[in-house]
Amino acid sequence: MTLDSKIPSGQISEKWSNHKFGLKLVNPANKRKFDIIVVGSGLAGASAAASLAELGYNVKVFTFHDSPRRAHSIAAQGGINAAKNYQNDGDSTYRLFYDTVKGGDYRAREGNVYRLAQVSVDIIDQCVAQGVPFAREYGGLLSNRSFGGAQVSRTFYARGQTGQQLLLGAYSAMNRQIAAGKVKLYTRTEMLDLVVVDGKARGIITRNLITGAIESHAAHAVLLCTGGYGNVFYLSTNAMACNVTATWRAHKKGALFGNPCFTQIHPTCIPVSGDYQSKLTLMSESLRNDGRVWVPKAVGDNRLPTDIPEEERDYFLERKYPSFGNLVPRDVASRNAKSVCDEGRGVGATKLAVYLDFADAIRRDSEDVVRAKYGNLFDMYQQITGENPYKMPMRIYPAVHYTMGGLWVDFNLMTTVPGCYALGEANFSDHGANRLGASALMQGLADGYFVIPYTVGDYLAAIGQEKIGTDRPEFKEAEDAVRKRINGLLSMKGEKTVDELHRKLGLTMWDYCGMSRTEEGLKKAQGIIADIKKEFETNVKVLGANEEMNQSLEKALRLADFIELGALMVQDALDRNESCGGHFREEYQTPDGEALRDDENYAYVAAWEYKGDNQSEVLHKEALKFEYVKLTQRSYK
Amino acid sequence: MNTMNLTLKIWRQPNTAAKGELKTYSISGINDHMSFLEMMDVLNENLQKKGEDPVVFDHDCREGICGACSLVINGRPHGPQQTTTCQLHMRSFKDGDTIYIEPWRAKAFPVIKDLMVNRSAFDRIQHAGGYVSVNTGSAQDANAIPIGKEIADEAFNSATCIGCGACVAACKNASAMLFVSAKISQLAMLPQGQAERNRRAEGMVAQMDQEGFGACTNTGACEAECPKQISISNIARMNREYLGAKLSSNAV
Repeated sequence: MTLDSKIPSGQISEKWSNHKFGLKLVNPANKRKFDIIVVGSGLAGASAAASLAELGYNVKVFTFHDSPRRAHSIAAQGGINAAKNYQNDGDSTYRLFYDTVKGGDYRAREGNVYRLAQVSVDIIDQCVAQGVPFAREYGGLLSNRSFGGAQVSRTFYARGQTGQQLLLGAYSAMNRQIAAGKVKLYTRTEMLDLVVVDGKARGIITRNLITGAIESHAAHAVLLCTGGYGNVFYLSTNAMACNVTATWRAHKKGALFGNPCFTQIHPTCIPVSGDYQSKLTLMSESLRNDGRVWVPKAVGDNRLPTDIPEEERDYFLERKYPSFGNLVPRDVASRNAKSVCDEGRGVGATKLAVYLDFADAIRRDSEDVVRAKYGNLFDMYQQITGENPYKMPMRIYPAVHYTMGGLWVDFNLMTTVPGCYALGEANFSDHGANRLGASALMQGLADGYFVIPYTVGDYLAAIGQEKIGTDRPEFKEAEDAVRKRINGLLSMKGEKTVDELHRKLGLTMWDYCGMSRTEEGLKKAQGIIADIKKEFETNVKVLGANEEMNQSLEKALRLADFIELGALMVQDALDRNESCGGHFREEYQTPDGEALRDDENYAYVAAWEYKGDNQSEVLHKEALKFEYVKLTQRSYK
Repeated sequence: MNTMNLTLKIWRQPNTAAKGELKTYSISGINDHMSFLEMMDVLNENLQKKGEDPVVFDHDCREGICGACSLVINGRPHGPQQTTTCQLHMRSFKDGDTIYIEPWRAKAFPVIKDLMVNRSAFDRIQHAGGYVSVNTGSAQDANAIPIGKEIADEAFNSATCIGCGACVAACKNASAMLFVSAKISQLAMLPQGQAERNRRAEGMVAQMDQEGFGACTNTGACEAECPKQISISNIARMNREYLGAKLSSNAV
C-alpha cells in the first residue's frame, strides 16, 4: 500500500487555494441527492453537520449522549488560536504555522498545518457571527491572551469556558439545520461498526442505548468526528464516555491508524487523590500566564508552601527556560514536573505534585484582577480539593489529556477507506508529536467548517448519486457480528467487572507508555496487555440484557477496543526509536534531558494496517518533507 | 482523610413505563475526598460483585460543564451545594447520614431508567430558534462590530447555562423559564442576534409551552439551585422580549 497524502505541490501559501480549485463540485440542485453520516457531535461533528446541511446535503448525526451539547469539546477551557494579529505583536499565518510545526516537534505535515493557520481567522469570524460571547476589551474589540509555545497573544477566549461557548455556537448552527429538516439527529445512539460495500464506506451499525436495538444506516459518505482515545489510560481529563470504538472499528475495516503512541500529557491537572478516582480534572494552561511553577529546592521539605522562603524555592521552568519560562509547551512542562518529582522534590501527600503559585500575580494585579481572569478555574479547584488557591498555591501534576494520533487521513481528511473521513481529534493530521494549547478547538472547527465542505464534494461527485440500501448483505453481516459481540459479553458471566480490567489497562499504559517510555518497559507492557485481553475475553462480568439501558455493556464494548488499541500504541512506541514531543523514550535524550529526535530515520508518519485478529499489524510509512521549516533541536531556552 | 458509612435511599425504576420505588442500600468506607459520583461508582462496583443490577445515572465530563449529571439529593437538585452533582464531594456529608437520591421530577423529563431522565425537550426548544442564521463562510471580520465589554460580559453570563435541567427540577411548577430565558437573553443582548430577535422569542416560548413545562410564579428556586448562577433577571428580560415580539410581529 502506498500512502498518498495528496498534498499539492507549489508554494505553501497557495497549496490550499489551488487544491480547492482542483476539487470537483456537486451542483447545488444535486446536493440533496446525497446522504452523509456524521458520527459525533462535538466541535468537528457539529460544525461539519451544520455546514454540509447548509450546502444542501442530507445529514444524519449520531451521538451517544442525550444531547449533542454534552460532547466533550464542551470542557475545553483556555481558548482558540487564530492568526488575526489584532494585537499588532508580529503574528501572521506563517508564524502560527511555524509555531505549530515546531511545537509538534517536526512530526506534522507542513501542508496541513499551513492550511490550519490560514483558516483559523475565518473560524473566529464565523463564531462571532453566531453570537459566541468571546472576551472583549472596554472599546468593544476582541481580547487575546498568550498560550504555551508561542510568543504572541493570539488566543481568543471566553473566560475559562471557551470550548463550551464554541460548541454551543456549532450546536446552534446545527439546531438551525435540524429545524430546517436537513439534519436528522439520533441521540443516545452509539456507532458499533463501519459498513464497507465494494471497497467504499457506505454506512454504519448503531446500537440504540435505550432499547438496545441494533440498526443499519446507509449513506454516500461517513464522517467520524468521535474525538480522541485518552481513556485508554483509564484516568485522563477526557469525559467518562469518550472512547475509541468508532475509529477502532473503522481501523479494523481497513482505515490505517496514524501515530497511535503520540499522546499528550497535560502539565496542569489536579493530582490523583486515591484509587477510587474516576477521572482527572484539567486546570487550563492559561493559568501559566500568571501562575509560577515551583517545588522546594531541598528534598523532603515538608513545610507549608507559604512558609518556604523565596530563596529556598526552585522555579524550575523559569530557571531552565528563561525565554519561555512557565509558558513552555506542554510536553516540556510535563516532563520537567515529572523529573523534579522523581528527584523527591514533589509536594503534597502523595509527593506527586508541584506548586502553581499565584501569589506574585495577586500582589502585582490584585485578587480581583486574578479572579476576573480565572475565577471559574479557581472555584473548580477549591470545589475539588477543598483548598483556597487565592491563599495557598495550587498543587498540580501532569495527566493524559489529548491524543495527537488517530486515523490516518489525506489532505482531504479521507482515511484509507474511500468515503470514510476523520475530523478533529479523531484524525492524526495537524499536531505532530505534541499539540500546542488552544489548537484543538481550532483544528476541530477548521476541519468541520472550512475543510470538509470542500473536500467531500470531490468524492461525492466522483462516485455518483446511486444509493446503496441497508438491504445489502454487508449490512446484515455487520449487524450479526455486532450482535455476536454483545451476546458474547453478556453470556460470559465471569468474575471481573469492566472497571477493574479498565483500571488495570490504564495503569499499565501510564506506567510503561505514558510520560516516558523504555524498550524494556514497553516489552513488559506487551505481556501485561496480552494477559488483560485474555482475561477480558474469558472472565469479564457484564450483567443485564441488551434490550435495556445497560451502562456496563456500553463500557465493556468500549474496553474491548481500548485493549486492542493499547497493544498497538505500545507497538508504535517500540518502533519509534527516538524521542519527539510527547513520545519520550528514555534511551534517546540530549545531555540536558530534552527529547532527542532522529530525523534521518524517523521523520515519518507511522500508519498501521490491521491484518486480522491476533496478527501483528503492518507498518506503512509516510515520509514527512520539510520545505519551509528547518528541522532543528526545539529550543525554548 | 475521614471515612464514613452511609445509608442510601435510591430511586429504582426499570424503564419509563414501569413503576419505580426507593430502595435502601448500605455503603461503608466512603472517603470524604471522593466526589458524589465516585461514591456511586463504588456502590455500583459492590452491586455488580454481588450480581445485582448497577444503578443507572447520567454523567460524563465530571468537571461541571457538560450538564449530564442530574440527581436530586436529599430533595435538592445537585445536592446541598450550589454546584453540579459531579462537583459535589463527600466532605459535604458525615458518617451515619441517610441520603435520598432521586431523578429530576418533571412531566417533560420522563424517567428512562433509575436516575436517568429524557431531557430532549430542551433540545427541541433550542431547535425552535436558539441560533443566529449565519451560514458558514458568510461572516464579516470578527472585529467589525464592537460590542461593549459590559454587554459582552452580560451575554456571556447568560450563555454559561449547561442545560442540566436543575431549574426545572427545583421549580414547583416544573417551569423551564430560566433555561429558555438564558438563551433568548444571550442573543437578544448581542448585535448579531437582533435580526431574528422577535421570531426567536416567540418560537422558543411556544415550543416550551408545547413540551409541557409549567409556568413561572417567581419563587426564585431555579436561580437558587442553578449550578452556574444563571440570574432570574433573564426571565424578566425574556418576558419583555416575548411581549414585545407578540405586539410587533406576525410570526408563528
